[in-house]
Amino acid sequence: MKVFVEGIGLRAPGIANWPAGKAVLQTLHARGVPDFQLTAPALLPPAERRRATDAVKLAIEVCSEACAHAERDPQTLASVFASSGGDGATITAILEVLAGDAPEISPTRFHNSVHNAPAGYWSIGTQSMAASTSVCAYDWSCGAGLLEAASQAASTGQPVLLALYDLRYPAPLQAARPIKDSFGIAFVLTPHETPRSLAAFALALRPRRGETITGLPEASWEALRHSNPAARALPLLRALTASRVQTVDLDYMAHSLLRITVTPLGTTVR
Amino acid sequence: MRPLLLTHVGVVSCLGAGQAETLRQLRRGESGLRPCDFEGAALETHIGRVTGLETAPILGVRAPYDCRNHRLAQRALERDGFVDAVIRARGQYGAHRIGVFAGTSTAGILESEQAFRRRDPDSGALPPEFRYREQHNTYSIADFLQQTFALTGPALVVSAACASTAKVFGVAARMIALDLCDAAIVGGADSLCLTTLYGFNALQLTSTRPCRPFDVARDGISIGEAAGFVLVERDEPNARGANIRLLGVGESSDAYHMSSPHPDGLGARQAMQAALSSAGLGPQAIDYINIHGTATKAGDLAEDHAVSTLFGRDTPCTSTKGLTGHTLGASGVLEVILSMLALRHAFIPASPTTQNLDPELRSRYLQAGQDLPLTHVMTNSFGFGGSNCSLILGRTG
Repeated sequence: MKVFVEGIGLRAPGIANWPAGKAVLQTLHARGVPDFQLTAPALLPPAERRRATDAVKLAIEVCSEACAHAERDPQTLASVFASSGGDGATITAILEVLAGDAPEISPTRFHNSVHNAPAGYWSIGTQSMAASTSVCAYDWSCGAGLLEAASQAASTGQPVLLALYDLRYPAPLQAARPIKDSFGIAFVLTPHETPRSLAAFALALRPRRGETITGLPEASWEALRHSNPAARALPLLRALTASRVQTVDLDYMAHSLLRITVTPLGTTVR
Repeated sequence: MRPLLLTHVGVVSCLGAGQAETLRQLRRGESGLRPCDFEGAALETHIGRVTGLETAPILGVRAPYDCRNHRLAQRALERDGFVDAVIRARGQYGAHRIGVFAGTSTAGILESEQAFRRRDPDSGALPPEFRYREQHNTYSIADFLQQTFALTGPALVVSAACASTAKVFGVAARMIALDLCDAAIVGGADSLCLTTLYGFNALQLTSTRPCRPFDVARDGISIGEAAGFVLVERDEPNARGANIRLLGVGESSDAYHMSSPHPDGLGARQAMQAALSSAGLGPQAIDYINIHGTATKAGDLAEDHAVSTLFGRDTPCTSTKGLTGHTLGASGVLEVILSMLALRHAFIPASPTTQNLDPELRSRYLQAGQDLPLTHVMTNSFGFGGSNCSLILGRTG
């Protein structure tokens, strides 16, 4: 199955956007530990902007960047949102209230707790009535999201926006799920090559027979890739900065892998 | 779309476990709702609780997955020869050619609620028995199914609130059409927990009485729990015995509000229209609509607007939520299975909790149900975040 990358959005601690990330990925020096502040997206109406959580802000930021990069109107795009943990901060706040004496949950917090909250806010902000699917596959959410988005593009013949994001998990859940840094990325994927195509992804799902999963050659970035399920996309992003064909093996459950052959199109990836 | 065969079913809800018990209650029009007796929920509301889960742990190698959500799933799997059917399919297609596409909204969050009450008073740490991956994570239900049947095909969980287990049928249709697998377990589970009971209470969306879809005095939902699984297979010309197919899938977003439907039901109408196009059918081909009908003021009004605009005033419809409660993320697959029973046994389920139809609503809502041969049934699922999905099932022979 083949899809084409038309736009990319990226946000991580110390990386403001895809152009900045491209430069970082080409050199891969050890990561610092910068602050990570997200701002409420301007595209949301005032009420939704007030209620937006960090999960919503992160997803909308990368989606907006990818759509602008692809020069696509977000209103027309079907979307897939993939996250392993969803909104850990909102869930934690609800669980703390329920453990107390007066289980009064805030209505806003409750509707923000659904896994598809970022997709809901995105559709409201962009006025997009296109289909949107929010998925999860634990540590393998990146591969599962890619396969779902690619299969939608291939089935419908229409472009699909894919967002992959996972946020830092708060205590006490972090002890059980040690996601320490937030990471978000988005792709606009099309079923056919267009004048704006940056690269082709050829995807093949296959049983894993001892192959090594593609990693990163620098320890602090490799640690990020391991700890945050959305950051499993880093080797794919790095392949997008290369000028020749690269093969990336993503883990897909314990038993399989998703092999992605990345072919750059045009002279350089914008 | 290319039709999919729906070959085997496993189901549990407050109506019972397995197709025979479910069918009996459905035909009698007997509601499974009861005054809330869920542990820790001091709320004046009715719930659709499945009894006996508290004393039915998951044992053996799958014991780490033990939680209410997987006990519920297990109860659905162990009826009607479902396990044998999956084993047969695994032998026929290969373990890597069977997908697992499951939905849930809250997974095993009940056990997280309990763990948060047992935090270490000094460090705040969760108790050692808390298991994030196997209970709390949204993917746990698909993980549990892959482990149960030793399957290695494509898998994911769709968590799009109350549309979750309807949308997974769309995933399966695409994955099978693209030859990523030959068959799939499609469905999911959502179990009672304080998060949803208190959450919907906070939104003032729960009724104190058994919910009354389309009633003039309807005042909110009754929360239920359910698990349902359907083995779907590629539609081969000489497929064994199965005569019910998934014919159409339609999906849309409201783009309106996180927890209120579009007042004109625009997103709902778009999903139903897309399902009809996907099935290549006109509105007149639909014999019965199993509507989402949760019995909130705004939700029923919006859906009625969408249905009557698209179908006119003649297509029979009912909601089964008065019988089962709103089983949230599981309602999609539960209502696919109830629609399969309606198709197979030629009847439209009644809506016994509905007493006085709201005169403002224009759809043809059949409170008493009806015995009627059915060829095409539509079932609707709409959720928070404005996530909409309509499915069309068809019967041949």
